[in-house]
Amino acid sequence: MTFAAPVETKSIRFRARSFVAFTLTPEAPITEWLEGLDHWIGNSPGYFSGRPVVLDLNVLKPDVSDIAALIASLGARGIRVYAVELEGASLGPELPPLLGNAKEATTDGLLAQPGRKGRADAATGKSDAGDEAGKAEHGNHEHGKHGGDEGRAEAAGKLAERGKGGVEARADGVAEPRLDVVQSGTLMIKSPIRSGQSIFHPHGDVIVLGSVASGSEIIASGSIHVYGTLRGRAIAGAQGNLSARIFCRKNEAELIAVDGWYTTAEEMEGVSRGKAVQAFLENDMLAVVPLN
Amino acid sequence: MGKVVVVTSGKGGVGKTTSTAALGAAVAKTGKKVALVDFDVGLRNLDLIMGAERRVVFDLVNVIQGTAKLSQALIRDKRVETLFLLPASQTRDKDALTEEGVGEVIEKLRSVFDYVFCDSPAGIERGAQLAMRFADEAVIVTNPEVSSVRDSDRIIGLLDARTMRAEHGEHIAKHVLVTRYDAARAARGEMLSIDDVLEILSVPLLGIIPESQDVLRASNLGSPVTLSEPLNAAAKAYLESARRLEGEDLPVVVPFERKGFLDRLLGRRAA
Repeated sequence: MTFAAPVETKSIRFRARSFVAFTLTPEAPITEWLEGLDHWIGNSPGYFSGRPVVLDLNVLKPDVSDIAALIASLGARGIRVYAVELEGASLGPELPPLLGNAKEATTDGLLAQPGRKGRADAATGKSDAGDEAGKAEHGNHEHGKHGGDEGRAEAAGKLAERGKGGVEARADGVAEPRLDVVQSGTLMIKSPIRSGQSIFHPHGDVIVLGSVASGSEIIASGSIHVYGTLRGRAIAGAQGNLSARIFCRKNEAELIAVDGWYTTAEEMEGVSRGKAVQAFLENDMLAVVPLN
Repeated sequence: MGKVVVVTSGKGGVGKTTSTAALGAAVAKTGKKVALVDFDVGLRNLDLIMGAERRVVFDLVNVIQGTAKLSQALIRDKRVETLFLLPASQTRDKDALTEEGVGEVIEKLRSVFDYVFCDSPAGIERGAQLAMRFADEAVIVTNPEVSSVRDSDRIIGLLDARTMRAEHGEHIAKHVLVTRYDAARAARGEMLSIDDVLEILSVPLLGIIPESQDVLRASNLGSPVTLSEPLNAAAKAYLESARRLEGEDLPVVVPFERKGFLDRLLGRRAA
Protein backbone atom coordinates (compact mmCIF):
# COMPACT_ATOMS: atom_id res chain seq x y z
CA MET A 1 0.00 0.00 0.00
CA THR A 2 1.26 3.43 -0.76
CA PHE A 3 0.36 6.79 0.56
CA ALA A 4 0.81 10.03 -1.16
CA ALA A 5 3.10 12.28 0.78
CA PRO A 6 1.41 15.46 1.89
CA VAL A 7 2.43 18.44 -0.15
CA GLU A 8 4.48 20.79 1.94
CA THR A 9 4.37 24.43 1.22
CA LYS A 10 7.34 26.25 2.51
CA SER A 11 6.78 29.79 3.50
CA ILE A 12 9.43 32.37 2.84
CA ARG A 13 10.66 34.01 5.97
CA PHE A 14 11.20 37.70 6.10
CA ARG A 15 12.66 39.13 9.19
CA ALA A 16 13.72 42.56 10.17
CA ARG A 17 17.04 42.65 11.90
CA SER A 18 19.31 45.36 13.12
CA PHE A 19 23.03 45.09 12.68
CA VAL A 20 25.89 47.12 13.88
CA ALA A 21 28.01 48.79 11.26
CA PHE A 22 30.79 51.30 11.36
CA THR A 23 29.95 54.69 10.06
CA LEU A 24 32.46 56.89 8.31
CA THR A 25 31.66 60.56 8.16
CA PRO A 26 33.80 62.40 5.61
CA GLU A 27 34.29 66.10 6.15
CA ALA A 28 35.33 68.83 3.81
CA PRO A 29 37.98 69.39 2.56
CA ILE A 30 37.85 65.83 1.38
CA THR A 31 41.54 65.52 0.46
CA GLU A 32 42.61 66.35 4.00
CA TRP A 33 40.05 64.00 5.42
CA LEU A 34 41.37 61.21 3.20
CA GLU A 35 44.92 61.99 4.33
CA GLY A 36 43.83 61.64 7.94
CA LEU A 37 42.13 58.39 7.09
CA ASP A 38 45.24 57.08 5.37
CA HIS A 39 47.29 57.97 8.39
CA TRP A 40 44.88 56.13 10.64
CA ILE A 41 44.78 53.06 8.38
CA GLY A 42 48.57 53.13 8.37
CA ASN A 43 48.47 52.70 12.13
CA SER A 44 45.90 49.92 12.03
CA PRO A 45 46.32 48.09 8.72
CA GLY A 46 43.49 45.79 7.85
CA TYR A 47 41.16 47.35 10.36
CA PHE A 48 38.36 47.79 7.85
CA SER A 49 38.91 44.60 5.89
CA GLY A 50 35.71 42.64 5.71
CA ARG A 51 33.81 45.12 7.84
CA PRO A 52 30.62 46.65 6.58
CA VAL A 53 30.93 50.40 6.53
CA VAL A 54 28.17 52.92 6.13
CA LEU A 55 29.13 56.21 4.57
CA ASP A 56 27.44 59.12 6.32
CA LEU A 57 27.36 61.99 3.87
CA ASN A 58 25.08 64.27 5.86
CA VAL A 59 28.03 66.42 6.91
CA LEU A 60 29.83 66.56 3.60
CA LYS A 61 26.66 66.77 1.48
CA PRO A 62 28.39 66.08 -1.84
CA ASP A 63 26.77 66.10 -5.25
CA VAL A 64 25.36 62.75 -6.19
CA SER A 65 27.77 62.68 -9.11
CA ASP A 66 30.78 62.84 -6.75
CA ILE A 67 29.66 59.98 -4.53
CA ALA A 68 30.82 57.24 -6.90
CA ALA A 69 34.33 58.71 -6.96
CA LEU A 70 34.44 58.93 -3.17
CA ILE A 71 33.29 55.32 -2.80
CA ALA A 72 35.91 54.25 -5.32
CA SER A 73 38.65 56.05 -3.42
CA LEU A 74 37.53 54.34 -0.21
CA GLY A 75 37.41 51.01 -2.06
CA ALA A 76 41.03 51.55 -3.05
CA ARG A 77 41.80 51.73 0.68
CA GLY A 78 40.08 48.41 1.32
CA ILE A 79 36.92 49.95 2.75
CA ARG A 80 33.75 48.43 1.40
CA VAL A 81 30.81 50.77 1.59
CA TYR A 82 27.62 48.84 1.71
CA ALA A 83 25.19 51.68 2.28
CA VAL A 84 25.06 55.45 2.15
CA GLU A 85 23.36 57.82 4.53
CA LEU A 86 22.30 61.09 2.90
CA GLU A 87 19.06 62.80 3.73
CA GLY A 88 16.77 63.60 0.88
CA ALA A 89 18.97 62.07 -1.78
CA SER A 90 18.01 59.54 -4.41
CA LEU A 91 20.84 57.40 -5.67
CA GLY A 92 21.10 55.44 -8.86
CA PRO A 93 21.32 51.65 -8.97
CA GLU A 94 25.10 51.78 -9.44
CA LEU A 95 25.54 53.17 -5.92
CA PRO A 96 25.01 51.38 -2.61
CA PRO A 97 21.49 51.69 -1.20
CA LEU A 98 20.42 54.52 1.04
CA LEU A 99 19.93 54.00 4.75
CA GLY A 100 17.80 56.19 6.94
CA ASN A 101 16.61 56.51 10.51
CA ALA A 102 19.98 55.65 11.94
CA LYS A 103 20.26 55.37 15.68
CA GLU A 104 23.42 56.00 17.53
CA ALA A 105 24.83 52.88 19.05
CA THR A 106 24.73 53.00 22.80
CA THR A 107 26.47 51.12 25.52
CA ASP A 108 23.49 49.01 26.42
CA GLY A 109 24.28 46.53 23.83
CA LEU A 110 24.35 47.79 20.33
CA LEU A 111 27.82 48.79 19.50
CA ALA A 112 30.96 47.49 20.95
CA GLN A 113 33.15 50.49 20.70
CA PRO A 114 35.71 49.91 18.00
CA GLY A 115 38.85 49.01 19.80
CA ARG A 116 41.71 51.37 19.74
CA LYS A 117 45.03 50.66 21.15
CA GLY A 118 44.84 52.25 24.51
CA ARG A 119 47.88 54.29 25.16
CA ALA A 120 48.22 54.03 28.85
CA ASP A 121 49.16 57.20 30.54
CA ALA A 122 51.09 55.99 33.50
CA ALA A 123 50.65 59.11 35.56
CA THR A 124 46.91 59.10 35.58
CA GLY A 125 46.31 55.51 34.80
CA LYS A 126 44.16 56.61 31.97
CA SER A 127 44.63 55.87 28.33
CA ASP A 128 43.39 58.08 25.63
CA ALA A 129 42.63 57.33 22.05
CA GLY A 130 44.23 59.60 19.52
CA ASP A 131 42.20 62.34 17.91
CA GLU A 132 42.95 60.79 14.60
CA ALA A 133 41.02 57.73 15.53
CA GLY A 134 38.18 59.77 16.84
CA LYS A 135 37.85 61.58 13.55
CA ALA A 136 38.13 58.53 11.42
CA GLU A 137 35.16 57.03 13.10
CA HIS A 138 31.76 58.34 13.61
CA GLY A 139 32.04 61.58 15.43
CA ASN A 140 29.71 61.09 18.34
CA HIS A 141 31.34 58.23 20.13
CA GLU A 142 33.04 58.92 23.33
CA HIS A 143 36.73 58.53 23.04
CA GLY A 144 37.89 55.10 23.99
CA LYS A 145 39.75 55.01 27.22
CA HIS A 146 40.48 51.49 28.01
CA GLY A 147 43.75 49.77 28.51
CA GLY A 148 42.72 47.96 25.39
CA ASP A 149 43.94 44.94 23.59
CA GLU A 150 43.43 44.01 20.02
CA GLY A 151 41.42 40.95 20.78
CA ARG A 152 38.65 43.12 21.97
CA ALA A 153 38.56 45.03 18.77
CA GLU A 154 38.29 41.79 16.93
CA ALA A 155 35.30 40.64 18.88
CA ALA A 156 33.77 44.06 19.04
CA GLY A 157 34.03 44.49 15.34
CA LYS A 158 31.86 41.50 14.66
CA LEU A 159 28.35 42.21 13.60
CA ALA A 160 26.37 42.02 16.75
CA GLU A 161 22.83 40.94 16.39
CA ARG A 162 20.48 43.14 18.17
CA GLY A 163 17.67 41.91 20.32
CA LYS A 164 19.06 38.46 20.68
CA GLY A 165 21.19 39.27 23.65
CA GLY A 166 24.00 37.77 21.63
CA VAL A 167 26.93 36.58 23.63
CA GLU A 168 30.37 36.72 22.24
CA ALA A 169 32.86 34.78 24.20
CA ARG A 170 36.21 35.03 22.60
CA ALA A 171 38.30 32.37 24.11
CA ASP A 172 41.49 32.46 22.17
CA GLY A 173 40.91 29.08 20.71
CA VAL A 174 40.30 27.89 24.21
CA ALA A 175 37.26 26.52 25.85
CA GLU A 176 34.16 28.44 26.03
CA PRO A 177 33.16 27.84 29.58
CA ARG A 178 29.53 27.04 30.14
CA LEU A 179 27.73 30.21 29.33
CA ASP A 180 24.20 31.07 30.21
CA VAL A 181 22.55 34.30 29.33
CA VAL A 182 20.26 34.67 32.27
CA GLN A 183 18.25 37.45 30.73
CA SER A 184 19.13 39.86 28.06
CA GLY A 185 22.33 41.48 29.07
CA THR A 186 23.62 39.25 31.83
CA LEU A 187 26.10 36.50 31.17
CA MET A 188 26.33 33.80 33.83
CA ILE A 189 29.38 31.53 33.86
CA LYS A 190 29.14 28.55 36.15
CA SER A 191 32.54 27.01 35.53
CA PRO A 192 35.86 28.47 36.61
CA ILE A 193 37.65 30.65 34.06
CA ARG A 194 40.98 29.07 33.20
CA SER A 195 44.27 30.73 32.49
CA GLY A 196 44.40 31.91 28.88
CA GLN A 197 40.65 32.18 28.48
CA SER A 198 39.06 35.47 27.62
CA ILE A 199 35.42 36.34 28.10
CA PHE A 200 34.12 39.25 26.10
CA HIS A 201 30.58 40.32 26.78
CA PRO A 202 29.49 43.53 25.11
CA HIS A 203 25.89 43.35 26.29
CA GLY A 204 25.91 43.87 30.02
CA ASP A 205 27.01 42.24 33.23
CA VAL A 206 29.08 39.12 33.71
CA ILE A 207 28.59 36.85 36.71
CA VAL A 208 31.20 34.19 37.42
CA LEU A 209 30.33 31.61 40.05
CA GLY A 210 33.81 30.09 40.16
CA SER A 211 37.23 31.64 40.24
CA VAL A 212 38.97 33.62 37.53
CA ALA A 213 42.47 32.28 37.01
CA SER A 214 45.66 34.23 36.71
CA GLY A 215 46.28 34.89 33.03
CA SER A 216 42.62 35.09 32.05
CA GLU A 217 40.42 38.10 31.46
CA ILE A 218 36.83 39.21 31.55
CA ILE A 219 35.73 42.20 29.53
CA ALA A 220 32.19 43.41 30.01
CA SER A 221 30.26 46.48 29.03
CA GLY A 222 28.51 46.33 32.37
CA SER A 223 29.56 45.20 35.82
CA ILE A 224 31.52 42.07 36.73
CA HIS A 225 30.68 39.86 39.70
CA VAL A 226 33.07 37.10 40.72
CA TYR A 227 31.94 34.79 43.50
CA GLY A 228 35.27 32.96 43.65
CA THR A 229 38.72 34.46 43.74
CA LEU A 230 39.57 36.99 41.05
CA ARG A 231 43.17 36.34 39.96
CA GLY A 232 43.00 37.46 36.35
CA ARG A 233 42.00 40.76 34.77
CA ALA A 234 38.57 42.26 35.07
CA ILE A 235 37.62 45.10 32.75
CA ALA A 236 34.15 46.51 33.40
CA GLY A 237 32.39 49.26 31.52
CA ALA A 238 34.70 48.50 28.63
CA GLN A 239 32.70 50.55 26.16
CA GLY A 240 32.29 53.54 28.35
CA ASN A 241 30.10 53.07 31.40
CA LEU A 242 30.87 55.22 34.40
CA SER A 243 28.55 53.31 36.69
CA ALA A 244 29.96 49.83 36.05
CA ARG A 245 31.42 48.09 39.07
CA ILE A 246 33.51 45.04 39.82
CA PHE A 247 32.74 42.84 42.79
CA CYS A 248 34.72 39.84 43.96
CA ARG A 249 34.85 37.59 47.00
CA LYS A 250 38.62 37.65 47.07
CA ASN A 251 40.74 40.14 45.21
CA GLU A 252 43.97 38.70 43.83
CA ALA A 253 43.46 40.43 40.49
CA GLU A 254 46.24 41.24 38.06
CA LEU A 255 44.34 44.29 36.87
CA ILE A 256 41.01 45.91 37.57
CA ALA A 257 39.56 48.48 35.21
CA VAL A 258 36.31 50.41 35.12
CA ASP A 259 35.52 52.60 32.15
CA GLY A 260 39.19 52.79 31.23
CA TRP A 261 40.52 53.67 34.67
CA TYR A 262 42.63 50.89 35.94
CA THR A 263 44.76 49.73 38.79
CA THR A 264 47.27 46.91 38.90
CA ALA A 265 48.10 44.23 41.41
CA GLU A 266 51.14 46.16 42.53
CA GLU A 267 49.12 49.23 43.38
CA MET A 268 46.58 47.19 45.29
CA GLU A 269 49.20 45.29 47.27
CA GLY A 270 48.68 45.64 50.98
CA VAL A 271 45.60 47.80 50.47
CA SER A 272 42.82 45.73 49.03
CA ARG A 273 44.36 42.46 48.00
CA GLY A 274 43.11 39.25 49.52
CA LYS A 275 39.84 40.87 50.56
CA ALA A 276 36.30 40.93 49.32
CA VAL A 277 36.16 44.18 47.41
CA GLN A 278 34.22 46.29 45.01
CA ALA A 279 35.74 48.63 42.49
CA PHE A 280 33.93 51.67 41.14
CA LEU A 281 34.55 55.16 39.85
CA GLU A 282 34.37 58.04 42.25
CA ASN A 283 35.20 61.53 41.05
CA ASP A 284 37.07 60.11 38.06
CA MET A 285 39.16 57.94 40.34
CA LEU A 286 39.01 54.19 40.55
CA ALA A 287 38.21 53.23 44.12
CA VAL A 288 38.82 49.66 45.24
CA VAL A 289 37.28 49.30 48.65
CA PRO A 290 36.57 46.31 50.87
CA LEU A 291 32.96 45.24 51.02
CA ASN A 292 31.18 45.99 54.30
CA MET B 1 36.63 -0.86 25.71
CA GLY B 2 39.59 0.49 27.59
CA LYS B 3 40.04 3.89 29.10
CA VAL B 4 42.38 6.43 27.55
CA VAL B 5 44.15 8.56 30.15
CA VAL B 6 46.33 11.48 29.15
CA VAL B 7 49.07 12.51 31.56
CA THR B 8 49.71 16.18 30.95
CA SER B 9 50.86 19.36 32.69
CA GLY B 10 51.67 22.24 30.39
CA LYS B 11 54.95 22.91 32.11
CA GLY B 12 57.99 20.71 31.50
CA GLY B 13 59.98 18.88 34.11
CA VAL B 14 57.16 18.39 36.59
CA GLY B 15 57.16 14.60 36.31
CA LYS B 16 54.75 13.64 33.53
CA THR B 17 56.85 10.81 32.15
CA THR B 18 57.84 9.51 35.58
CA SER B 19 54.20 9.60 36.65
CA THR B 20 53.02 7.89 33.46
CA ALA B 21 55.48 5.05 34.05
CA ALA B 22 54.74 4.75 37.76
CA LEU B 23 50.95 4.88 37.41
CA GLY B 24 50.95 2.58 34.38
CA ALA B 25 53.09 0.02 36.13
CA ALA B 26 50.96 0.24 39.26
CA VAL B 27 47.75 -0.39 37.32
CA ALA B 28 49.36 -3.19 35.30
CA LYS B 29 50.47 -4.92 38.50
CA THR B 30 46.81 -5.46 39.37
CA GLY B 31 46.49 -7.60 36.22
CA LYS B 32 44.97 -4.97 33.94
CA LYS B 33 46.33 -4.71 30.41
CA VAL B 34 48.07 -1.36 30.14
CA ALA B 35 49.67 0.45 27.21
CA LEU B 36 51.94 3.46 27.71
CA VAL B 37 52.13 5.70 24.66
CA ASP B 38 54.94 8.25 24.42
CA PHE B 39 53.73 11.33 22.50
CA ASP B 40 56.93 13.27 22.95
CA VAL B 41 58.10 12.73 19.39
CA GLY B 42 61.64 13.99 19.01
CA LEU B 43 62.34 14.07 22.76
CA ARG B 44 61.28 10.65 23.87
CA ASN B 45 62.06 9.58 27.41
CA LEU B 46 59.48 7.04 28.43
CA ASP B 47 61.53 4.21 26.91
CA LEU B 48 64.46 5.15 29.15
CA ILE B 49 62.37 5.33 32.27
CA MET B 50 60.77 1.98 31.44
CA GLY B 51 64.21 0.50 30.73
CA ALA B 52 63.20 -0.46 27.21
CA GLU B 53 65.47 1.82 25.21
CA ARG B 54 67.50 -1.04 23.78
CA ARG B 55 64.45 -2.88 22.54
CA VAL B 56 62.89 -0.10 20.45
CA VAL B 57 62.57 -1.16 16.81
CA PHE B 58 59.45 0.58 15.57
CA ASP B 59 57.68 3.56 17.05
CA LEU B 60 54.46 5.55 17.04
CA VAL B 61 55.35 7.43 13.86
CA ASN B 62 56.06 4.15 12.02
CA VAL B 63 52.64 2.87 13.03
CA ILE B 64 50.90 6.08 11.98
CA GLN B 65 52.67 6.07 8.62
CA GLY B 66 51.88 2.39 8.10
CA THR B 67 55.47 1.20 7.92
CA ALA B 68 54.95 -1.02 10.96
CA LYS B 69 52.05 -2.81 12.57
CA LEU B 70 50.93 -1.80 16.01
CA SER B 71 51.81 -5.26 17.36
CA GLN B 72 55.35 -4.86 16.04
CA ALA B 73 55.86 -1.52 17.71
CA LEU B 74 54.49 -2.43 21.13
CA ILE B 75 57.19 -3.48 23.58
CA ARG B 76 56.18 -5.84 26.36
CA ASP B 77 57.65 -5.03 29.75
CA LYS B 78 59.99 -7.68 31.17
CA ARG B 79 58.75 -7.30 34.74
CA VAL B 80 54.99 -7.03 34.34
CA GLU B 81 53.60 -9.01 31.46
CA THR B 82 50.42 -6.97 31.05
CA LEU B 83 52.41 -3.75 30.60
CA PHE B 84 53.28 -2.50 27.11
CA LEU B 85 55.10 0.53 25.75
CA LEU B 86 54.56 2.28 22.44
CA PRO B 87 57.64 4.48 22.09
CA ALA B 88 57.86 7.79 20.28
CA SER B 89 60.24 8.44 17.43
CA GLN B 90 63.39 10.25 18.41
CA THR B 91 64.41 11.24 14.90
CA ARG B 92 61.19 12.93 13.85
CA ASP B 93 59.25 15.89 15.17
CA LYS B 94 55.67 16.47 16.22
CA ASP B 95 54.57 17.29 12.67
CA ALA B 96 54.91 13.61 11.87
CA LEU B 97 51.77 13.02 13.91
CA THR B 98 48.41 13.36 12.20
CA GLU B 99 45.11 13.52 13.95
CA GLU B 100 43.61 10.68 11.91
CA GLY B 101 46.68 8.53 12.45
CA VAL B 102 46.73 9.12 16.19
CA GLY B 103 42.99 8.47 16.34
CA GLU B 104 43.34 5.13 14.59
CA VAL B 105 46.18 4.01 16.83
CA ILE B 106 44.32 5.04 19.98
CA GLU B 107 41.15 3.25 18.85
CA LYS B 108 43.10 0.04 18.22
CA LEU B 109 44.80 0.29 21.59
CA ARG B 110 41.51 1.05 23.29
CA SER B 111 39.97 -2.14 21.92
CA VAL B 112 42.81 -4.31 23.20
CA PHE B 113 43.93 -2.70 26.46
CA ASP B 114 42.14 -1.87 29.70
CA TYR B 115 44.12 1.34 30.11
CA VAL B 116 45.98 3.47 27.60
CA PHE B 117 48.21 6.11 29.21
CA CYS B 118 49.28 8.88 26.87
CA ASP B 119 52.44 10.65 28.02
CA SER B 120 52.02 14.20 26.77
CA PRO B 121 54.92 16.43 25.79
CA ALA B 122 55.27 19.74 27.60
CA GLY B 123 53.69 22.81 26.12
CA ILE B 124 50.29 23.45 24.63
CA GLU B 125 51.17 22.90 20.98
CA ARG B 126 50.40 20.18 18.51
CA GLY B 127 52.06 17.30 20.36
CA ALA B 128 50.30 18.05 23.62
CA GLN B 129 46.98 18.61 21.89
CA LEU B 130 47.16 15.33 19.99
CA ALA B 131 48.09 13.49 23.17
CA MET B 132 44.93 14.73 24.88
CA ARG B 133 42.72 14.66 21.81
CA PHE B 134 41.18 11.20 22.29
CA ALA B 135 41.43 10.96 26.06
CA ASP B 136 38.57 9.93 28.34
CA GLU B 137 40.34 11.05 31.47
CA ALA B 138 43.21 13.34 32.28
CA VAL B 139 45.83 13.30 34.98
CA ILE B 140 47.20 16.79 35.39
CA VAL B 141 50.66 16.62 36.94
CA THR B 142 51.45 19.71 38.98
CA ASN B 143 54.26 20.79 41.25
CA PRO B 144 53.19 22.98 44.14
CA GLU B 145 54.75 26.02 42.45
CA VAL B 146 52.88 29.01 41.06
CA SER B 147 54.22 28.64 37.52
CA SER B 148 53.33 24.98 37.33
CA VAL B 149 49.85 25.56 38.71
CA ARG B 150 49.10 28.33 36.25
CA ASP B 151 50.26 26.21 33.32
CA SER B 152 48.10 23.36 34.59
CA ASP B 153 45.15 25.70 34.71
CA ARG B 154 45.77 26.57 31.07
CA ILE B 155 45.92 22.88 30.17
CA ILE B 156 42.63 22.24 31.96
CA GLY B 157 41.10 24.94 29.79
CA LEU B 158 42.39 23.14 26.70
CA LEU B 159 41.13 19.80 27.98
CA ASP B 160 37.67 21.32 28.23
CA ALA B 161 37.88 22.69 24.70
CA ARG B 162 40.11 20.68 22.42
CA THR B 163 39.45 17.08 23.31
CA MET B 164 37.13 14.90 21.26
CA ARG B 165 34.91 14.42 24.30
CA ALA B 166 34.63 18.11 25.01
CA GLU B 167 33.77 18.82 21.39
CA HIS B 168 30.94 16.30 21.61
CA GLY B 169 29.68 17.93 24.77
CA GLU B 170 30.81 15.08 26.98
CA HIS B 171 32.62 15.35 30.25
CA ILE B 172 36.31 14.58 30.50
CA ALA B 173 37.25 13.38 33.99
CA LYS B 174 40.20 15.32 35.37
CA HIS B 175 42.48 14.56 38.30
CA VAL B 176 45.31 16.56 39.78
CA LEU B 177 48.44 14.69 40.75
CA VAL B 178 50.73 16.86 42.87
CA THR B 179 54.31 15.69 42.48
CA ARG B 180 57.60 16.67 44.07
CA TYR B 181 55.81 17.75 47.21
CA ASP B 182 58.41 18.72 49.78
CA ALA B 183 56.86 18.57 53.25
CA ALA B 184 59.69 20.55 54.83
CA ARG B 185 59.44 23.38 52.31
CA ALA B 186 55.67 23.35 52.49
CA ALA B 187 55.87 23.64 56.29
CA ARG B 188 58.08 26.70 55.86
CA GLY B 189 55.58 28.19 53.46
CA GLU B 190 58.02 28.08 50.54
CA MET B 191 55.63 26.08 48.39
CA LEU B 192 51.98 26.41 47.60
CA SER B 193 49.91 24.34 49.97
CA ILE B 194 47.77 21.50 48.65
CA ASP B 195 44.70 23.54 49.54
CA ASP B 196 45.96 26.45 47.45
CA VAL B 197 46.63 24.20 44.48
CA LEU B 198 43.20 22.62 44.65
CA GLU B 199 41.51 25.95 45.19
CA ILE B 200 43.16 27.41 42.12
CA LEU B 201 42.58 24.42 39.87
CA SER B 202 39.23 23.27 41.28
CA VAL B 203 39.83 19.74 40.10
CA PRO B 204 39.74 16.67 42.40
CA LEU B 205 43.02 15.40 43.83
CA LEU B 206 44.39 12.06 42.66
CA GLY B 207 47.36 11.95 44.96
CA ILE B 208 50.36 13.71 46.44
CA ILE B 209 53.76 12.31 45.54
CA PRO B 210 56.47 13.37 47.98
CA GLU B 211 59.77 14.64 46.61
CA SER B 212 62.10 11.67 46.74
CA GLN B 213 65.58 10.86 45.54
CA ASP B 214 64.43 7.27 45.09
CA VAL B 215 62.10 8.32 42.28
CA LEU B 216 64.99 9.92 40.40
CA ARG B 217 67.22 6.94 41.05
CA ALA B 218 64.57 4.51 39.85
CA SER B 219 64.07 6.58 36.68
CA ASN B 220 67.78 6.55 35.97
CA LEU B 221 67.93 2.81 36.47
CA GLY B 222 65.13 2.35 33.94
CA SER B 223 62.47 1.15 36.29
CA PRO B 224 59.28 2.82 37.49
CA VAL B 225 59.50 3.39 41.23
CA THR B 226 56.29 1.42 41.77
CA LEU B 227 58.06 -1.71 40.44
CA SER B 228 61.57 -1.31 41.80
CA GLU B 229 60.89 0.11 45.26
CA PRO B 230 57.22 -0.46 46.05
CA LEU B 231 57.72 0.24 49.76
CA ASN B 232 59.11 3.71 49.18
CA ALA B 233 56.83 6.58 50.26
CA ALA B 234 56.61 7.99 46.73
CA ALA B 235 55.90 4.54 45.29
CA LYS B 236 53.15 4.02 47.86
CA ALA B 237 51.64 7.36 46.90
CA TYR B 238 51.68 6.32 43.22
CA LEU B 239 50.13 2.94 44.04
CA GLU B 240 47.35 4.64 45.98
CA SER B 241 46.84 7.16 43.18
CA ALA B 242 46.50 4.30 40.71
CA ARG B 243 43.81 2.74 42.89
CA ARG B 244 41.98 6.06 43.02
CA LEU B 245 42.25 6.30 39.24
CA GLU B 246 40.49 2.94 39.05
CA GLY B 247 37.66 4.38 41.09
CA GLU B 248 38.57 3.36 44.61
CA ASP B 249 37.69 5.85 47.32
CA LEU B 250 40.86 6.30 49.36
CA PRO B 251 41.49 9.33 51.54
CA VAL B 252 44.54 11.42 50.58
CA VAL B 253 46.99 12.08 53.39
CA VAL B 254 49.15 15.15 53.01
CA PRO B 255 52.75 14.04 53.60
CA PHE B 256 54.32 15.52 56.69
CA GLU B 257 57.93 15.85 57.57
CA ARG B 258 58.94 12.69 59.39
CA LYS B 259 61.93 14.20 61.05
CA GLY B 260 59.94 17.06 62.45
CA PHE B 261 57.33 14.67 63.72
CA LEU B 262 59.90 12.47 65.47
CA ASP B 263 61.63 15.52 66.86
CA ARG B 264 58.38 16.63 68.34
CA LEU B 265 57.84 13.17 69.89
CA LEU B 266 61.35 13.09 71.28
CA GLY B 267 61.00 16.63 72.49
CA ARG B 268 57.86 15.72 74.34
CA ARG B 269 59.55 12.73 75.94
CA ALA B 270 62.47 14.81 77.04
CA ALA B 271 60.23 17.34 78.67
